Amino acid sequence: MMASLLHLLFPPSVRSPLELGSDVAIVLTSAAIVFVLTRYRKWGWLWREWLTSADHKKIGIMYLIAAIVMLFRGGVDALLMRTQLAIPNNQFLNANHYDAIFTTHGTIMVFFMAMPFIFALFNIAIPLMIGARDVAFPRLNAISFWLFAFAALLFNISFVVGGSPTAGWTAYPPLTELAFTPGIGQNYYLLALQISGIGTIATGVNFLVTILRMRAPGMTLMRMPLFVWSALVTSVLILFAFPALTVALALNMLDRLFGSTFFTLTSGGMPMMYVNLFWIWGHPEVYILVLPSFGIFSEVVATFSRKRLFGYAAMVASLVAITVLSYGVWVHHFFTMGAGPSVNVFFGVSTMLIAIPTGVKVFNWIFTMWRGRIRLEMPMLWALAFIPTFVLGGATGVMLAVVPGDYQFHNSYFLVAHFHNVLIGGVVFGLFSGMYYWWPKMFGYSLNPRMGRWAFWLFFLGFWVTFVPQYFLGLAGMTRRMYIYAHGFGWTGLNQISTVGAFAMGAGFVVLVYSVVWSMRYGERDVTGDPWDGRTLEWSLPSPVPEYNFAQIPTVTDRDAWWAMKQQAPAGAAAAPVHLRPIHVPKRSAQPFGIGLSFFVVGLGMVFSWWWIAGAGFLGVIFCILLGMFEYDLHEEMSVETIRETEAAMGRVGA
Amino acid sequence: MNRAADLHGDGGLPLEFSDADQGRHILGVWAFLASDIVLFCCLFAVYAVYRTQVASGPSPAQLFSYPPVIIETVLLLTSSFTCSLALYEMRRGRSHSLIALILLTVLLGAGFVGMEVHDFASYVALGDTWHRSAFLSAFFTLVGTHGAHVSFGILWALTLVVQLLQRGVTPVTARKVYTFALYWHFLDLVWVFIFTFVYLTGKLG
Repeated sequence: MMASLLHLLFPPSVRSPLELGSDVAIVLTSAAIVFVLTRYRKWGWLWREWLTSADHKKIGIMYLIAAIVMLFRGGVDALLMRTQLAIPNNQFLNANHYDAIFTTHGTIMVFFMAMPFIFALFNIAIPLMIGARDVAFPRLNAISFWLFAFAALLFNISFVVGGSPTAGWTAYPPLTELAFTPGIGQNYYLLALQISGIGTIATGVNFLVTILRMRAPGMTLMRMPLFVWSALVTSVLILFAFPALTVALALNMLDRLFGSTFFTLTSGGMPMMYVNLFWIWGHPEVYILVLPSFGIFSEVVATFSRKRLFGYAAMVASLVAITVLSYGVWVHHFFTMGAGPSVNVFFGVSTMLIAIPTGVKVFNWIFTMWRGRIRLEMPMLWALAFIPTFVLGGATGVMLAVVPGDYQFHNSYFLVAHFHNVLIGGVVFGLFSGMYYWWPKMFGYSLNPRMGRWAFWLFFLGFWVTFVPQYFLGLAGMTRRMYIYAHGFGWTGLNQISTVGAFAMGAGFVVLVYSVVWSMRYGERDVTGDPWDGRTLEWSLPSPVPEYNFAQIPTVTDRDAWWAMKQQAPAGAAAAPVHLRPIHVPKRSAQPFGIGLSFFVVGLGMVFSWWWIAGAGFLGVIFCILLGMFEYDLHEEMSVETIRETEAAMGRVGA
Repeated sequence: MNRAADLHGDGGLPLEFSDADQGRHILGVWAFLASDIVLFCCLFAVYAVYRTQVASGPSPAQLFSYPPVIIETVLLLTSSFTCSLALYEMRRGRSHSLIALILLTVLLGAGFVGMEVHDFASYVALGDTWHRSAFLSAFFTLVGTHGAHVSFGILWALTLVVQLLQRGVTPVTARKVYTFALYWHFLDLVWVFIFTFVYLTGKLG
């Protein structure tokens, strides 16, 4: 009994030095955290100020911390893969190990790094940019976060308990059917993604309503900052794309855990059904990831060129065009399915069409810079690095959209290089840009720019050194997910260059983390609240922003609202609020944490088919939802006195 | 809370729209339903592809029988009607008949779920489980997902009854009843498609 349980929890695949080392590291890190929290009596503070908070700014910061931790995990996976591929016939990782690592690398980077990073910046910036005091549903926002956080935990423990999923981040059946991938690793993938997906849909609802209903008076849709536009269309994309993923994952889960036959050929099932559903979600997902970055670049380029954004209406129109087109391109992920020339040509052409609005955006960023007074601060540096990188990624994307060409490129390193080119060059560069841009707003100090430049050049050059050789590896016939290769294909040199680049990116990440730690103590404090001479409303507030955001809701008269205010009243632009009234702030609550925890228990129980645990977790979920349904007032009032004191402490109120 | 005049906010808006926060909740539920439609669309698409994939199992025409399905349909459509009446009574400020009509809605919904469970159990008793064919997998998943939604709706409605008893009709409880009604009608609509697309065409085709 005990032995079989141990075997289930720790099968041979998780007993190699790598996992045992991770076990030790996890135990030591956890012990250190517990020790510090206990030693400095911080448990109560952590619970009251963070874990039960419904403040969008704190939730944003928690998302950001989680995203950076996950970037570390996914990055380590990447370095392990590059180490394995550095020389032919390498025995560093075995096949199963390599499978596990490319699967978790892709899954973590998309679902548990990029998505939370985006939601971090949405949470931190969107309510402030539209002049709102919080999101539309602060409690739901916290629920989204805890669903994500516990899903990330569930996914990550697979590495040391029970074994990682090994079927790639796309997890195609029939490989992922029980007959071909027994064991529980794949269950972790299905359950963790399902749980975080629920949270993501809730976030889509939340930001859609926030942006449509909570803008300050005078902020019409066409006066919204571009980042807010990008969040709006991203929310729409989430609402209409994520359910397809929910269904794809659910069908695969039903097949594995409950014996249905969706993808079993002998019972009439069709594996391509999964592939279609997955990419009906998957391609809009690409734009869910990249459009927020486009929004960030639009803010950053305008701010650091000291100019209004060029072609605002065209920027909005191209965002909307990309949103619509993104639903009509999914088959380009599997042209080789053999859907026939007419279907493939349709999807090839629709894919190429997306290059048009994207091109419009690139030109508009360039025209915004033209004759601007450009300052090469850190956010701008990342934005500038983005343009050539993303253009190359886009161009190779058009190459992949050429159907006959795709038969050649399909599943080769050419594809691997292409999507890293757009996802790192587009998404990650954008998220770093946004992180540097809003960092002073979040924490009240800037990140050290000298270290920032080191991190930037290591990461940026490392990126090119890593991925340009991979295009040529793909053309030379190296396929993706290959864990070992022999001498004599002409791949060795290119692989070695690529590995060197990957380690440079890793070094860039280390410098970045060091700069955060350093800047916490020594970074330049932001006393004005407007360190970049910004254009949008978040810069009208002190840094860090008080709980209620705006003591008095601003009235917007123009696009770039804060810039317009500064032009009208240059000296006292951050004018003291006149009429203070009590403000409703969201109550803190343990319910979101409880929902996340209950879903975690459900997930864990289902992963191992321990139904009594799953059942207990399910009862917990129902209990927490009922608690929420009986809630009557989710807000509490903050008195004028408290607001006046807070404002005075930040030097914002005269009297 | 007996006078109709109390039940309207500024500008004669219904109570559930009388303040911005309630309006946001209603829009939020619309957005969620839009997303839920996509979920059902995907399940319908799966069913559409799989309904001829019967392997060694029964075909739709062999499996379905009309009487229980028609009773289920009548129960659910009637529950949508009583749900509308509940809203009507809420607007007129009659909280007692509002509660009674919600309970009636719940009862009809529970009748529907009970019939459906019985229906499913009879299929399973004949050996027609979803292990047998892709068609059966798709059928049980599509119709079962709808049934799970209805079951959740019943739980939701019961929480409303408790809150109406505690607090009467206020902007918050009125909004909660209204959003529940949106959800309930939505499920009714999905059922109309299931009835037509799964049962009618299944039996005929």
